Amino acid sequence: MSAVPTTVKPTDPRGSSREWPLRDRVALACCWIAGLSTCAVAFLIVGYLAFKGVQYLDPSLLTSRPSAETDQSRSGGFLDPIIGTVLLTVLGTLIAVPLALATALWLTEYGRPFWLARAVESGIEMIAGTPSIVLAIFGLLVFQQTVFGFLSFEAEGGSVFGRSFFTAAAMMSLIALPLLVGSIREGLQAVPRHVREASYALGKTKAATIRRVLMPAIRPSIGSGTVLGMGRIAGDTAIVVILLGGTLQLQGFGDVPLLSTLRGNGSTLTSYVYVNSPAGEGSAPEKAYAAAFVLLLICIGLNLLVTRLARQTSPASAR
Amino acid sequence: MTATEPHLRSATPPQVGTAPQSPPPPPPIRRIVVTREPTVADPPPPGAYGEAPGSRTRRRPSPPRTATEVVERMRTEDLRLFYGDNEAVKGVSLPVRRGEVLALIGPSGCGKTTLLRSLNRLTELTPGASRQGRILLDDQNIDELEVTTLRRRVSMVFQQPNPFPMSVFDNVAYALREQGSKRPRKAELQEPVELALERAGLLREVQDNLDHPALRLSGGQQQRLCIARSLAANPEVLLLDEPCSALDPRSTEVIEELIVRLRETVAVVIVTHNLQQAHRIGDKVGFMFLGDLVEHGDASQVFSSPREPRTAEYVSGAFG
Amino acid sequence: MAALTHPIRSALRGARQGAAGDRRVELALGAVASTVLLLCAGMVVFVVLKAWPSFEANGLGWFASASTDEQLGEIFKSPSNPDQYVYEFGAWALIWGTLLTSGLAVVIGVVFAVFTAVFIVEFAPSKVNRVLVPTVRLLAAVPSVVYGLIGILVLVPLAAEVLVTTERKESVAYFVQLTGACWLVAAVILSIMIVPIMISITVDALRAVPRSWTEGAAALGVNRWRVITTISVRAARPAIIAGMILASARALGEAIMLSMVAGSAAWAPNPLDGFTFFLEPVRPLASTVVESAEGLSVEPFGQTIYAIAAVLLVSSAFLSWAGWFAKRSMRRYGIEPGGATQ
Repeated sequence: MSAVPTTVKPTDPRGSSREWPLRDRVALACCWIAGLSTCAVAFLIVGYLAFKGVQYLDPSLLTSRPSAETDQSRSGGFLDPIIGTVLLTVLGTLIAVPLALATALWLTEYGRPFWLARAVESGIEMIAGTPSIVLAIFGLLVFQQTVFGFLSFEAEGGSVFGRSFFTAAAMMSLIALPLLVGSIREGLQAVPRHVREASYALGKTKAATIRRVLMPAIRPSIGSGTVLGMGRIAGDTAIVVILLGGTLQLQGFGDVPLLSTLRGNGSTLTSYVYVNSPAGEGSAPEKAYAAAFVLLLICIGLNLLVTRLARQTSPASAR
Repeated sequence: MTATEPHLRSATPPQVGTAPQSPPPPPPIRRIVVTREPTVADPPPPGAYGEAPGSRTRRRPSPPRTATEVVERMRTEDLRLFYGDNEAVKGVSLPVRRGEVLALIGPSGCGKTTLLRSLNRLTELTPGASRQGRILLDDQNIDELEVTTLRRRVSMVFQQPNPFPMSVFDNVAYALREQGSKRPRKAELQEPVELALERAGLLREVQDNLDHPALRLSGGQQQRLCIARSLAANPEVLLLDEPCSALDPRSTEVIEELIVRLRETVAVVIVTHNLQQAHRIGDKVGFMFLGDLVEHGDASQVFSSPREPRTAEYVSGAFG
Repeated sequence: MAALTHPIRSALRGARQGAAGDRRVELALGAVASTVLLLCAGMVVFVVLKAWPSFEANGLGWFASASTDEQLGEIFKSPSNPDQYVYEFGAWALIWGTLLTSGLAVVIGVVFAVFTAVFIVEFAPSKVNRVLVPTVRLLAAVPSVVYGLIGILVLVPLAAEVLVTTERKESVAYFVQLTGACWLVAAVILSIMIVPIMISITVDALRAVPRSWTEGAAALGVNRWRVITTISVRAARPAIIAGMILASARALGEAIMLSMVAGSAAWAPNPLDGFTFFLEPVRPLASTVVESAEGLSVEPFGQTIYAIAAVLLVSSAFLSWAGWFAKRSMRRYGIEPGGATQ
């Protein structure tokens, strides 16, 4: 019986596990192991790649173009793959954003007839779940038709190559599409109904409301969806392998400067890593490590950007 | 403007076509007629609406009790509870005894629920809560007990009925199953479950099908199920946090009757907003106001002749 | 000076134009949305159409067991006369490889994901959570080719050294080469890839369990582990199932990592081989498509590969619809599945 009352602060408010039966203590240990090993695996992956990447990465690799040499010290760097990644990401996003915007706006603001809206939603889900290799194969099928010959290399005999930046970007946009549609729809649904109703009460048409009121409001959602999509596009390999032609350097087709590159072939960081690993030609694991490190940095950077954008959106949408 | 019956004057509409004059007079204000006597409805003839449930007795006559039946189970000694820096309960010392119902009354936010939740250390689930003073269960400091053992001996029923999404049997057997490493078989659990349901007054209604999903019971039945669930492990103290506030009067009456029955075997502490309920079922009453235990004593004394002026004001409805 | 038209008439014209404009906008947006739908339908139709000759020639035998790699070789060497195209094909080895890798990955993944989700929601100190939650998102952002690279340069040689003993090699030498690139390593890496999906869905569902239940269970004297498993995880079962379905769809479609790590041989591992069963190479359906990309110009070969793609398309469509369905039914319980699924 102490004269001075002591404050009992619950140091472990959830109770100690010392008295639990053995089964439960083992399970608790498993939880800790699962959580900590998730962290450990992630750190190992990033750390190992950073270690190897820094070891083999030197700035010349980022600026020199690759060439097909058997001697690794003279086979150049991966400037072209980097350009390829950037080109593909930008182009794919450029195609995806208007499509996603239109679809999301139609689904949220109009959405009639209902069966069509549900069908479109299922379609988006289906695209989201389709493996990228199947999208690539489908792209090949479509773009090898003569009607799409302007998008890629066309041989004299009439057969269309079907592989170019345009065609790859078209299929890449399908990968980014569900993410963008989801993000924009969330943004639209977060705009409270009274904002729209106020606009209608002022006599604005629905189209004007969308253009003047909703679009500015969903800019952050478009932003975060775009970055999400870019991350997915930058990390995809299957479409690149099938639809980009697999040449080490960017090889344009035609005379018009930018269009010729986009109609031509090339590679991206992902296909570069794939080809240089033992699964491809396999002769340059060091280059593969370096390129993989750069690729990882890009993807993680985009991911962090999404988190930052998401944090900016949530206080705004809590209005 | 005449002094009498101004409401009889009609307003004159403005004449069209005349030159603008001074604006027309505003419409007259109609005065409420206050001179007549107020109408009073005649009371209904006795028996017109059947027996009213509460009309039988104002307060249940409790059987005379010998002193040996009342046993102290818990007591708090100068208990202080803090949410962060805010002192929610200030120096409360109360005994909790088997054989009597302790009713805690007081306006909202005065610490009754906090005090109740501290008795089974449920305040520890709230981040930032801390405690000073001692709480003793059978003369043992509850901080020295393992918290799950404590909560089996001091059970709690919440304001909103919260049966788990399982069958009635699984709900009542839950506490018994999740103790220790050996899981008792269903046959072993049958008896304790039925006993708990019997004590909670629910057995007759569910005994045909104990596998009935609990969420499909009515509100009053769900609350009795929660009481049965708390009784399954044979607790020594039963804490009830406004158990009838979400229920209709019929269910309330049923639960109040079973609380009074339970007090013979379990020490009961009930927090209630409803003064009439405290009057009906409480044996001892504690009035709390802004964290202080203003008055504690026999129910008849607190309600009819309270010592503190604050208590008198609250009990007579001056504030709430 | 613009003619001063009657104010009412011009207002009406503006309103009519506004309404007409509105209708035009609605139709335009709807048309774009419908093209998405047409794209999906077109995808299924075109791929199946292109793949049809292979299915037609093989019937149900398309799914049967055969020496798949040899058959693919024969198909590739078909003479150019369309009447003499070789179509004979039995894809069981590929299908079995897909089932093994995806199946084991989902099983490992769900166990891991549930334990980690419980850890995040209930037991992790907030400092650990501040590291763990972004880490899970980071794991989802790593490209598959990076997983494949680490697999093929680190884990495969490790498996070759530690697990592939000479006697094991010899026991199956007649059939297949054990190089360390095996479906076990592939399944382990695949499980790391799909774990983030399942963790995020499960965490959302655990957090959405009503507090009255967990508090009520705690008040009955049940310890925290039992409360979480008997109340929260049990209530989150639909979410866990939805996560497993979506993770299976993802695992099914993984081509690049598996082609780098799983061994690239169309071999159906035999469970009767004992532990060596785990060390045998496979080549799942998606990886076969990736690796055969050069040969698509040969007509019958292309059609066979498209047939494989068609099987992938149909099964992943089915799984993603089932997963979407399951996620929507979660809403009935009041759980809002969060954010973008990867």
